[in-house]
Amino acid sequence: MNIHEYQAKQLFARYGVPAPRGFIANTPAQALKNAQELGGKVWVVKAQIHAGGRGLGGGVKIVHSLADVKKAATELLGMTLVTHQTGPEGKLVRKVYVEEGVKIVDELYLSIVLDRALEMPIIMALADGGVDIETVAAKSPEKIIKIPIDPDFGYQGYQGRELISALKITDKREQYKLQNFLKALYNLYIENDVQMVEINPLVKTKVGSFLALDAKMQFDDSALARHPEFEEMRDIHEEDADEREASLYGLSYISLDGEIGCMVNGAGLAMGTMDTINHMGGKPANFLDVGGNANPETVSKGFEIILRNKNVKAIFINIFGGIVRCDRIAQGIIEATKEVNVNVPVIVRLNGTNADEAAFILEKANISNLITATDIGDGAKKAVEAAKMHKA
Amino acid sequence: MAILVDKNTKVIVQGFTGREATFHSEQCISYGTQIVGGVTPNKGGQEHLGLPVFDTVAQAIEKTEATASMIFVPPAFVADAIMEAAVAGIKLAVIITEGSPTLDMQAAKACANKYGMMMIGPNCPGIISADACKIGIMPGSIFKKGNVGLISKSGTLTYEGANQVCNEGFGITTAVGIGGDPIIGLSFKQLLKMFQEDDETKVIVMIGEIGGDLEIQAARYIKDNITKPIVAFIAGQTAPEGKRMGHAGAIISGTSGTAKEKMEALEAVGVKVVETPALIGQGVKEVFEKL
Repeated sequence: MNIHEYQAKQLFARYGVPAPRGFIANTPAQALKNAQELGGKVWVVKAQIHAGGRGLGGGVKIVHSLADVKKAATELLGMTLVTHQTGPEGKLVRKVYVEEGVKIVDELYLSIVLDRALEMPIIMALADGGVDIETVAAKSPEKIIKIPIDPDFGYQGYQGRELISALKITDKREQYKLQNFLKALYNLYIENDVQMVEINPLVKTKVGSFLALDAKMQFDDSALARHPEFEEMRDIHEEDADEREASLYGLSYISLDGEIGCMVNGAGLAMGTMDTINHMGGKPANFLDVGGNANPETVSKGFEIILRNKNVKAIFINIFGGIVRCDRIAQGIIEATKEVNVNVPVIVRLNGTNADEAAFILEKANISNLITATDIGDGAKKAVEAAKMHKA
Repeated sequence: MAILVDKNTKVIVQGFTGREATFHSEQCISYGTQIVGGVTPNKGGQEHLGLPVFDTVAQAIEKTEATASMIFVPPAFVADAIMEAAVAGIKLAVIITEGSPTLDMQAAKACANKYGMMMIGPNCPGIISADACKIGIMPGSIFKKGNVGLISKSGTLTYEGANQVCNEGFGITTAVGIGGDPIIGLSFKQLLKMFQEDDETKVIVMIGEIGGDLEIQAARYIKDNITKPIVAFIAGQTAPEGKRMGHAGAIISGTSGTAKEKMEALEAVGVKVVETPALIGQGVKEVFEKL
């Protein structure tokens, strides 16, 4: 689960991770009030969306008067901000964060993320902040400082000293401040089941303080159950409505841009089905994993969501049932055709638990636009052909 | 020979009396697995499926001499169950449950490593040695006995792969579903080594997917250590970047973890990589013809 910059900074405040002072605003009037409360002479007005690259996209405005704060907020609120991370359709800006301006002397990159190879969190840092870490990782990976932290032992001073040495920070007070920063950030990471926290840039100010100028944070979805308060932070506007609805039914759904809808049990087989469709000359319209508890209701819902996409010209149902019982899928298909107008060809391949029973049920139901397939290759091929014919 | 589990492996079930655990324990028992009892706190002393229930893993081991455990407890209790098993002396834990927090799994694995317990999973279908022992939820009937070892990140793709291999007239020694989460127990590398050392296994099938670099690590290991032929399929060539595709671990981030990268790395070390799961059986057939 992703959260906004302003929410991440609220969490920072609680853990003592220093960041510039700021307030959230929904309206230009509120933005103005925030700036007045902050005082000073420089403010930064930042669009709040779940994507990076806001600065380059024109979503971050540095201003020097209260009038300009209001003007910036007016421009940003309600705009569709396009960045290299939003996709061409961009994201609607509903909130802005008004922050005090700071005098920046140096910019670093800092993040804590799980290193899957080491199987523990690592601190990742770069002496040059404000850059795209993935570009650096591709072009000059040797520049990235990586410091693993074993949760069995927790954050230790020597790990901070490794970073200090690599960044060539020699001032003792700065070293002390960075140590505190890292320790606080690590505690936040561990206690909140953070999947990734990225501070880009982490800035050093004229007085030698380290402040998180930006913040990107993602929580481990598997850990949300033990942080019920995080639900309040969820921004449903940032989530695809169909994907969200699907998840309420235990379906894992991601919309893509092809013409062949898919319904499969198991993430790997679902991806494999998409790959097979592609190989046969078609394009998948979605990823959909019905999960191990598929029943007539969830299958019906799956059909409904897939068919909302008007690009869909055929649907391939590929089930290899272990836990999933094929007869229940068959019941689901029959019920779906009663509740939803399934007006495209449906190619069905059912194998595994109760497959014979399922075949019998489907035959008896005698659904006109249903085509059976024997295996995944056969099914994908038939789906691609059916979609081509349906277009014509 | 097969690997890790056989007719003699004694298995307990943690979370024994739960609904899914009960269903799958029955299936395993039908298959021929030696399930010798189970653990559900506060139900110690009762009987379930005609077998003894214990309050703790330590008590279960004492009375049954079990060396393996099938773990079915809810996600919030998985780490706890793994650690309990490790400390009590279980040698192999198979964790079926999906949705365990990543930090929990990090701690549980560290504990398992410390106490010398191997793990399979979490979020996996389990392990099956054909005609001998099934610790998991895969439909046993599709795994005919033969000479192919199977290692897979995906549950249902495992069934697909095994089914094809068997339809071509071959069979399975052992199939292991390692799961698709960011932190897992036994991985491709360790299992490849075991299959290399198993007399019965002649060909190995690997089914990977996007996310992480286990397949790349495997490719490096294969280069210098594996001589038996390998057929591989990597799911997710058509998966878009940045989106989590079902499995917690299946996220492509930047250039790392793409299907293409993994396919190339494996091809470079002599693995026969097939483009779609529909071609796994055929790939195995071609490889056997060359043997």
